Amino acid sequence: MTALTPEQALPLRQPADSVQELRIVPHRRPWRLVAGLAALVLAAQFLHGLAVNPGWDWPTFRTFVFSDSILRAVGVTLQLTAYGTVLGFALGAVIAALRLSGSPILRTIAWTYVWAFRSIPLIVQLVFWFNLAYLYKRIGIGVPFGPTFASFGTMDLLGALGAAVLGLALHQAAYAAEIIRGGVLAVDAGQLEAAAALGIPRFRQAWRIVLPQAMRGILPNAANEVISLFKGTSIVYVMAIGELFYQVQVIYGRTGRVVPLLMVATVWYVLLTTALSLVQYYVERYFARGSERHAPPTPWQRLRAAVTESKEKRA
Amino acid sequence: MSSESATAMVEVRGVHKRFGRLEVLRGIDLDVRPGTVTVVLGPSGSGKSTLLRAVNHLEKLDRGYVRVDGELIGYRQVGDKLRELPEREVLKQRTRLGFVFQNFNLFPHLTVLENLVEAPVGALGVSKERARARALELLERVGLADKAAEYPRRLSGGQQQRVAIARALALEPKVLLFDEPTSALDPELVGEVLDVIKDLARTGTTMIVVTHEIGFAREVADTVVFMDGGVVVEQGPPAQVLDDPQHERTRAFLAKVL
Repeated sequence: MTALTPEQALPLRQPADSVQELRIVPHRRPWRLVAGLAALVLAAQFLHGLAVNPGWDWPTFRTFVFSDSILRAVGVTLQLTAYGTVLGFALGAVIAALRLSGSPILRTIAWTYVWAFRSIPLIVQLVFWFNLAYLYKRIGIGVPFGPTFASFGTMDLLGALGAAVLGLALHQAAYAAEIIRGGVLAVDAGQLEAAAALGIPRFRQAWRIVLPQAMRGILPNAANEVISLFKGTSIVYVMAIGELFYQVQVIYGRTGRVVPLLMVATVWYVLLTTALSLVQYYVERYFARGSERHAPPTPWQRLRAAVTESKEKRA
Repeated sequence: MSSESATAMVEVRGVHKRFGRLEVLRGIDLDVRPGTVTVVLGPSGSGKSTLLRAVNHLEKLDRGYVRVDGELIGYRQVGDKLRELPEREVLKQRTRLGFVFQNFNLFPHLTVLENLVEAPVGALGVSKERARARALELLERVGLADKAAEYPRRLSGGQQQRVAIARALALEPKVLLFDEPTSALDPELVGEVLDVIKDLARTGTTMIVVTHEIGFAREVADTVVFMDGGVVVEQGPPAQVLDDPQHERTRAFLAKVL
């Protein structure tokens, strides 16, 4: 360090009360501004392209986005998602319970289920269920290895849509089971011990004490699964079921306008995924009650606070 | 039943417990008379927490038995065997035993009031209104009536433990079991919890308290039990065990903690 002249060192020698008056200046970051501006330029270029490139063919997009056939296809997609989610998570909960049970036989069966359904590609499973009638022409209810009381033709019982729902739900159940099991394992063991020490019945322990706490860990992963199932339903186009992606393909096969119709599908997928994310946000807030970290205000609450604040300022 | 055990609220006889190759309890005998406070002292690893957990069947026994108010806990006698009871029956028995944990173990997703109402409604079938009224009385008693609507994690450790004591009391148990109730607390919060326990002692609640608080033992205990290596080394009134210990191990332990 070079020696300072008395003049240069002066500010440090000043008495404490005048040091307090020195202005504090945050560190400047000019490159941050440059990077931000560059990103904005790229984004503007992309949006400009969307607007003016005739290849996007927005008139065709407008023709089809709310057309009856597309709306019906969106309905089928939502139906597949709903059935897949509800049945998948219901079965997943059962499998998770089996894997957490005290019985080694049940634990092994549950493990094997998860192993099998995670190992086989979904598309293979779907085509397999679609061809179930080849293996079993009739499905019956009766005593195992004994007499049958009633039986149905497999094709009557399981149409294309049924096969798709079955395939999606069975596949989803394997993942749901692991997500639910993970959530349950994350609940502190002391919680179950306290519930047991209080003599709370077993089912109530699970329903009132463990599950609500496990939900915090389950929800983000479950929402991921629902969203990925929602988009994943497009895979059932291989079974010629009129869901969104299949329908879009049918239309562009006829009209040759691939890009605008892909945009029709994209916009629907994005819109509905956004809706699911919103639902996730509020459900997660509900299950966060009592947690250490305070739930931040919702966008709606923030808006209301801002409005009342500005009113108060004017008053 | 012998005449001696007829007077005991809690009767522990020949209890053995091992975890793998480690024998944690090696033949424990203990009698707790109704309305008295028994304080269990001992170095960590001496088996005192395991003993407490064995009393309400949070731990299964390898040998011996526990009776509370004359009733076998966790088992029923069939000929010359003790057969473990189905879980439903064990849970019913536990409603007569209050247990307070070192780490409180309050239910974080339920409010303080809901924590107190859960077991009476869920395990005993008490009506919600009655359970609420009783819960508010108990919160008053531990000085936390104004916290009924709070979630447990918004409370201090001392307040949480007082809620946990109120939660155990909500079942109106015959015996209260405390497993190191102040060990997880900051030093300045220990007093408020001990005060609540002392207050319960004055009103004649039967209690077994595992603790490291020698001062508390001296003040409140009717009987002090010193455990080491899975056995009861000595027991008696605090004046005897704490001030005139007969065994070398007791003397060594007290010399370290006092």
